[in-house]
Amino acid sequence: MTNLSVRIAGVPFKNPIIPASGVFGYGHEYEVLFPLSKLGGIATKGTTITPRPGNPSPRIAETPSGMLNSVGLQNPGIDAFIKRELPYLLTKDTVILANIAGSTIEECIAIAERLDETDVHMIELNISCPNVKKGGAAFGVHCDSAERITTAVRKATKKPLVVKLSPNVTDITEIAKAVEAAGADAVSLINTLLGMRIDIKTKRPILRNNVGGMSGPAVFPIAVRMVWQVSNAVSIPVIGMGGVDSGAAAMEMMLAGASAVQVGAAIFTDPYAPVRIIEELQALLEEQHITDVKEIIGAVKPW
Amino acid sequence: MQYYQGRYPILEKKLLAKNMVQYVIFCPEIAAVAQPGQFVHILPTGHTLRRPISLCEIQAEKGTICIVFELKGSGTETLANCNVGDCMDVLGPLGHGFTLLPDAKRVILLGGGIGNPPMLPLAQYYQGRAAVISGFRSAEFVILQDAFQATGAETILCTDNGTIGRHGLVTEPLQELLNTQTIDAIYACGPKPMLRAIAAIANEKDVFCEVSLEERMGCGIGACLVCACQLEREGKSVSAHVCKDGPVFSAKEVVWA
Repeated sequence: MTNLSVRIAGVPFKNPIIPASGVFGYGHEYEVLFPLSKLGGIATKGTTITPRPGNPSPRIAETPSGMLNSVGLQNPGIDAFIKRELPYLLTKDTVILANIAGSTIEECIAIAERLDETDVHMIELNISCPNVKKGGAAFGVHCDSAERITTAVRKATKKPLVVKLSPNVTDITEIAKAVEAAGADAVSLINTLLGMRIDIKTKRPILRNNVGGMSGPAVFPIAVRMVWQVSNAVSIPVIGMGGVDSGAAAMEMMLAGASAVQVGAAIFTDPYAPVRIIEELQALLEEQHITDVKEIIGAVKPW
Repeated sequence: MQYYQGRYPILEKKLLAKNMVQYVIFCPEIAAVAQPGQFVHILPTGHTLRRPISLCEIQAEKGTICIVFELKGSGTETLANCNVGDCMDVLGPLGHGFTLLPDAKRVILLGGGIGNPPMLPLAQYYQGRAAVISGFRSAEFVILQDAFQATGAETILCTDNGTIGRHGLVTEPLQELLNTQTIDAIYACGPKPMLRAIAAIANEKDVFCEVSLEERMGCGIGACLVCACQLEREGKSVSAHVCKDGPVFSAKEVVWA
């Protein structure tokens, strides 16, 4: 049996597969289909300090081999998360990454301070949401703001801190280096790529927000490239995501340098995607006589 | 709530009208628990997103469900290319269905276009106690009239251009029935302007009314928060999701933005 366990910033994961923030809510709906304990971890829905209603509908559109979303960080706020969702999730024998997505540095600090008092395993700081007017990607597209917000949140919590990066930048390695220097324990990438679709009959954008974040298999090669570049540029672990929909894709992402892999859009296509990917990855590794998944992290042999 | 995902074989395929396709699918575990007003989320092969389609018939004893959908784009075109014997990737049954009122003596079911199929399980439940008012753009789009008649329900057909049935909107016969009979409940599915008009009439006459809404969906089970809609409950604005809180809502609560 291949050992699938990995460790990121001192936190042990039983396997490297994690449903990405936003697609999985707080797990209740998927628990009807499979036990959450099968998962390496769960990245919870991006949390703000107060409840957020999100953007108007439609918030989703299909694209060739992918999709756009513009949910706009709808969530019940940090108090509801800590009171109603977190205690239950912490009984599920899987790593919980609390994703935080404040509009200002002060808000992110306040959320991180609240989470610091809980037993949550890790914090994933989202500096890359393309669907909100304030905060979100605005922090993640400049080195100085990325560094400033990471430094501030780092001071606010002792929890292992993962910073989620935007691909909508000129050079993602510069942002990754900036957040590493500011004390991030790991980075996760890529968040969605900004995209747009238009209905040719109504001449209206399909998304009510006009633009939205693109994900799904179409972005996979971009994500692999960015994970490879970032893992070569920093010494902290990289959590890879973007279009992973199979065990083979997860293996490819890990070869590029990812220590773990998040699964997003694939779960809309196949609600069992995370557990299927774990099984497929296990089978692929066994086929190649690899006894420990850690052997493939960054094991790509570039030309 | 229990739902399942699997690949289930198509037993029957029919073209009901222009661009309107009907499938009977063998999926006993879904048929065993499905309720009128619920939907299934079907993956067109090769696509990223599933398509939500209302249940048009639930036959638990045969282990089958029936769906009817309209060809609207590449996803529904892919679905329409399936044939008898092919398997469909179905997730369901999903959502919150219609409230069934065992003691209701007279109910009105209103369907507009592709909003007609979810009315059939209700007609089968209420049978002779139901009046079904179906509206379509024109004669070539008319579907399910035989099926509604077979339930024992009274049927009233309307078209926008008068090519068959009454020339006019479904709200006209609705008003007539409300003026002449005691109606215990109104159920409706169709375009938003139609639902909005029906909700206003029901509210004015103080009749119990439920509407089935449509929205672009992601997961279909309430996790991703993509299919948001606004409700008003006890004077407060509430954000709900069509897939889990709906697709059926109390007409009084819907904010018709």
